[in-house]
Amino acid sequence: MIDVTLESVSKRFPRAGDTAAVDDVDLRIAAGEFFTLLGPSGCGKTTTLRMVAGFYFPSSGRIRFGAEDVTNRPPNKRDTGMVFQNYALFPHLSVAQNVAYGLKIRKVGRADAKRRVDEALGEVHLAGYGDRRIDQLSGGQQQRVALARALVIRPRTLLLDEPLSNLDAKLREETRVEIRRIQKDSGTTALYVTHDQAEAMAMSDRIAVMESGRVRQVGTPQEIYHRPATAFVARFIGRSNVLSVPVVTAGPDTVTVALPGGREVPVAAPADHGLHEGGTAQVSVRPEHITLGAATDEDAITGRVTELEFTGMATNLLVDVGGGEPVQVTAIDVPARIAVGDQVGLRLPAERMWVVAA
Amino acid sequence: MGGGSLSTIPATPSAATVPPITEDPTPPGRRSRRPGLNANSRWFPYVLVFPLVLILFGYVVQPMLATFGESVGVDGPENWASFLTGDGVARSALLTSLMISAASVLLCGVVGVAMAFLLKRFSFPGRRLIEAIILVPAALPPLIGAISFQLLYSETGILPRALQQLFGTENPVLPFSGIAGVLVVHTFTMYPFFYLATSAALTGMDPSVEEAAYNLGAGRVRVWRTVLLPMLTPALVSASLLVFMTSLASYTAPLLFGVDRTMTMQIYINRTNGDLPMASTYASVLAVVSVLFLLGMRWYEGRRSYRSQSKGVASHRRELTNPFARWLALAASLLAVVVLLAPVATIALVAFSEDGTWTTEVIPSGYTAQNFTTIFSDPDAYRPILNSLQMSLLATVGCVVVGVLIAYAVRRLDFRGRGLLDVAVMLAWALPGTVVAINLISAFSTGNAFSFGQVLIGTFWIMPLAYFVRFLPLVFRSSSATLAQLDPSLEEAARNLGASWWRAFGTVTLRLMLPGVLAGALLAFVNGVGEFVASVLIYTSETAPISVEINNRMYSFEVGTAAAYGMLQVVLIFVVMVVSGRLQNGGRAAREATKWTA
Repeated sequence: MIDVTLESVSKRFPRAGDTAAVDDVDLRIAAGEFFTLLGPSGCGKTTTLRMVAGFYFPSSGRIRFGAEDVTNRPPNKRDTGMVFQNYALFPHLSVAQNVAYGLKIRKVGRADAKRRVDEALGEVHLAGYGDRRIDQLSGGQQQRVALARALVIRPRTLLLDEPLSNLDAKLREETRVEIRRIQKDSGTTALYVTHDQAEAMAMSDRIAVMESGRVRQVGTPQEIYHRPATAFVARFIGRSNVLSVPVVTAGPDTVTVALPGGREVPVAAPADHGLHEGGTAQVSVRPEHITLGAATDEDAITGRVTELEFTGMATNLLVDVGGGEPVQVTAIDVPARIAVGDQVGLRLPAERMWVVAA
Repeated sequence: MGGGSLSTIPATPSAATVPPITEDPTPPGRRSRRPGLNANSRWFPYVLVFPLVLILFGYVVQPMLATFGESVGVDGPENWASFLTGDGVARSALLTSLMISAASVLLCGVVGVAMAFLLKRFSFPGRRLIEAIILVPAALPPLIGAISFQLLYSETGILPRALQQLFGTENPVLPFSGIAGVLVVHTFTMYPFFYLATSAALTGMDPSVEEAAYNLGAGRVRVWRTVLLPMLTPALVSASLLVFMTSLASYTAPLLFGVDRTMTMQIYINRTNGDLPMASTYASVLAVVSVLFLLGMRWYEGRRSYRSQSKGVASHRRELTNPFARWLALAASLLAVVVLLAPVATIALVAFSEDGTWTTEVIPSGYTAQNFTTIFSDPDAYRPILNSLQMSLLATVGCVVVGVLIAYAVRRLDFRGRGLLDVAVMLAWALPGTVVAINLISAFSTGNAFSFGQVLIGTFWIMPLAYFVRFLPLVFRSSSATLAQLDPSLEEAARNLGASWWRAFGTVTLRLMLPGVLAGALLAFVNGVGEFVASVLIYTSETAPISVEINNRMYSFEVGTAAAYGMLQVVLIFVVMVVSGRLQNGGRAAREATKWTA
C-alpha cells in the first residue's frame, strides 16, 4: 500500500500549441484508497492517468509514489498494474500466459508463478480458464483477465482507464461491484478514470472532477453531490439547476439571495465565495429537491410547465419561471391533471441549496 | 549487461533510502542501464530513426541526386533541351511514353471497371472461377509475362497463326506488333489496378445509398451519373495514376515488341552505348515525372475518400434469369478463363518443347522434359538460379530489417520529419526499375561513403542492393498495414507489466506483426527472383539472374529452356501466393502491398 502524490503536474503536447492537456494538477491519493478521476472526454483525466503510468512525462510538476519521485521513470520501472479501456490482452498468448507475462519479467519461479496465476484467476472467477485463447472469452471475461493480469504482479498502484466502457449496462453494474471488492481485498491503491458519474459515485472513496485540464473539485461522492464547488460540477454530477440570483446580504458562510418571485432565502456558501451585496450569486438546486404544488401556494415560485416527460418512476418537468433557463423538476407524484401550459408553484428548500462558483 | 549483479541496484529501492524530496528527476542509481538507447528519452525516436534515414538517403535519395548531377554535366543543357524542342529521339520518346501510358489508362479502365461491375454486381455461372483466377496474368514476373504475350499474340504468335491456318490466309491474322503489342501487355497486366480499386469501392459502398437515390425518383442513368460515378471517382483516379506510373516505368513490353522510342528503352540503349550522361538525363526526366505523379497521388488520396459508414444491408448480386443471357454468360466466362490462363499455359507448354523445333508451326512440334534437367544439372545453366535465390534472399533480409523498423517509426513514433521518411520509402517505390539501376550506376561507379569507399558497379553487391531499394516498399507497406491493425495499448500493457522497450517490441509488437512481415518478405523475395528491369542494366556474367538468362536464351532461340526458367519463377510465385493467403492477416497485408507492385 502506498500513497500517490501529484504536485502541480502539467502536460503540454508539442503539437497542441499553448493549451495544456493537464494544467497544474495537485492530488494526493491515500494508501489503499479508491480514487476516481471523473470528467467529460478531453478533460485531461486519461492524460493524468498515463502520466502516473509513465506513458507520458509531465511538462512540469512531480509525481511521487510514497516518498519516491517517479516523475521521469519509464513505465516498466514503476510497478503499476494497468487495466486498459480495450483490455489490451495479448492475442497470441493464452489466458494464463497473459496473466503470467508480468511475473515472467519479474523472474518469478515457474511453480510460484503458476500458483499466483491460478490464485489471480480464481479471484476474478476464471479458475480453469487458463488454457483458453483470448478470442474465446466474452467481453466481461476479458475484462477480468485484464484485471487479474494487472493485480497478479502485486502492483504498488492499480490504474484503471475506463475499464467498464465496453461492457453492456447490466454487466457494468456487476463488474463495478467486483472491481471494488477485489481492490478492497488486495488493499491496493487504485486510480480510476471514467466519464460516467454514476460509476464514479458508486465505486469511489473520493472523486476528482476535472474540466479543461484542471481539477475543479476533490471530495467524497456525498460532498461532491451535495456541495458542488462550481456550476460545472453541479451540472455534471447528476442533474442540477443553477440559478443566477441577486445577492441581498453576504455573510461569511451564508448568502441571502432573492429567488425569482422575490422571496429572500439564506443559502449556505463556501467560505471563499467572494460575493457581496448587489452582486449575482449562482445557486445550485437539484431537480429532485424541488417540490411541486399549486400556483397559489404561499412562498412558491410560480411558473408555466413547458415540457413534461413521464419516465415511470418519476416525472421530469421543465418549468418557465420568467427569465433565465427553465427550471428542471423531478417529482415522484405528479397529479395527472397537470399538463404542458399549466401554471404550477415550485417550492425550493433553502437547506438544500448551495452557492457555487460560476 | 554482463555481470550486472555487481553494479545494479535492487529492483525497488526501499522508500527510506531515497531522500523524500529531490530535485533530480532521476533518483540516484535509477538511470537507464542501457545508455545507448533509452526508449523513454525524448531522443529515442531520433536514435532509432537516424540509421534508417541514413540508409534511405544513401541508397535512394543520394543516388537519384547523383544521376541528376551526371545529367547536368557534359552536354547537360543540350541533353535537357532535346526533350523540350526539336524532333529528335528524346522528344519523341517522351511523347510516345506519355501516349502509351494514357492509352493504357483508358484500356485498363474500361476492362477493369467492366470486370468489377460484372463480378461484383451480377451472379452468373462461372463467376467464382473467374474471380479466383482474375489476377493470374498480372502475377507473372514482368519479363516472362511479356514473353508469354509475345508467344501468344505477336506475328509469330500462337493465336495469329492458328487463325491463319483456320482461314487459310497468306499471313497471320490479327497479329499485334509495336505499340499495339505493348498496349495488349499493359492491358492484361495492369487492369487489376482498376479491377481491385473498383471492386473494393463497390463492396465498401452501402447499397442503401443507391437505393435512396432510386427511392427519391432517380432513374438508372441518373443514379449512375449522380451517385455511382461520383462515389467511384476516388478509386478511379487512384487507379489511373497507378496505371499511368506503371506504364511509364514499363520496360519489358517495349523491349519485346521492339518499341525503341520510349523513355525506358532509351535509358537502356544509351547506357549500353556508353552514353551515361544522356541515359542519366532520360532517367532524371522519368524520375521527375514519376515523383510528380507520386506527389499528386498522395495529395489526392489525402483529400477525399467516400466510405459509407453504416452497417446497412450487404450488397446483393443481381441474378441473371434470362436463359439466353445465362448461356451467353457461361460462354463468355469460359472464354475469359481461357484468355486469363493462356499466358501461363503457353509458358508451361513451351517449357516442354525441344529447343529449335518451333519455327512456323502453330504450337511447338517436339516435346521433352530435357529443359528442366538442363537448368538444374548443367552448372552454367544452374548458376543464374543460384544467383537469383542468393541475391533475393540477401535483399529480403535487408528489406525486412529496414522495412519493419521504418514502418514502426512512421506508425508509432512521434518525431520531426516523419512525413519525409514516409515519402522517401514511397520514392523508392515510385522510381521505375530502370531509373533505380541508373541511379545506382551514377552513385556507385566510384566509391562513396555509403559503399564504404568501394566501387560497387561490376561487383556482386550492386544486385542485391538494387533489389533492396526496389522491394523495400513492399515489406514496409505490408508491415505498416499489419501495424495499423494493432492497438498501441498492447505494447503499453507489456511496458506497464515491466517489459523494457526491446522486450515489449520483441514479445508483443513484432510477434503480432509477424504474419504481415512474412507476407511482405515473401513478396519481396519472389519479386527479387523475377526481377529483370534493373538487373539487365547492372549484371555481370557472374551475377546474371534468372530473368537475364531467360532474355539471353530467347536471343539465342533456346525458347524451351527460357520457358523452363520462366516456369520456375511462375511456380515459386504461386507457392508464395498460396502461403501468403494462409497466413493469418498476412493475406490482407500482402494484398495491400500488391497494390504497390509496379
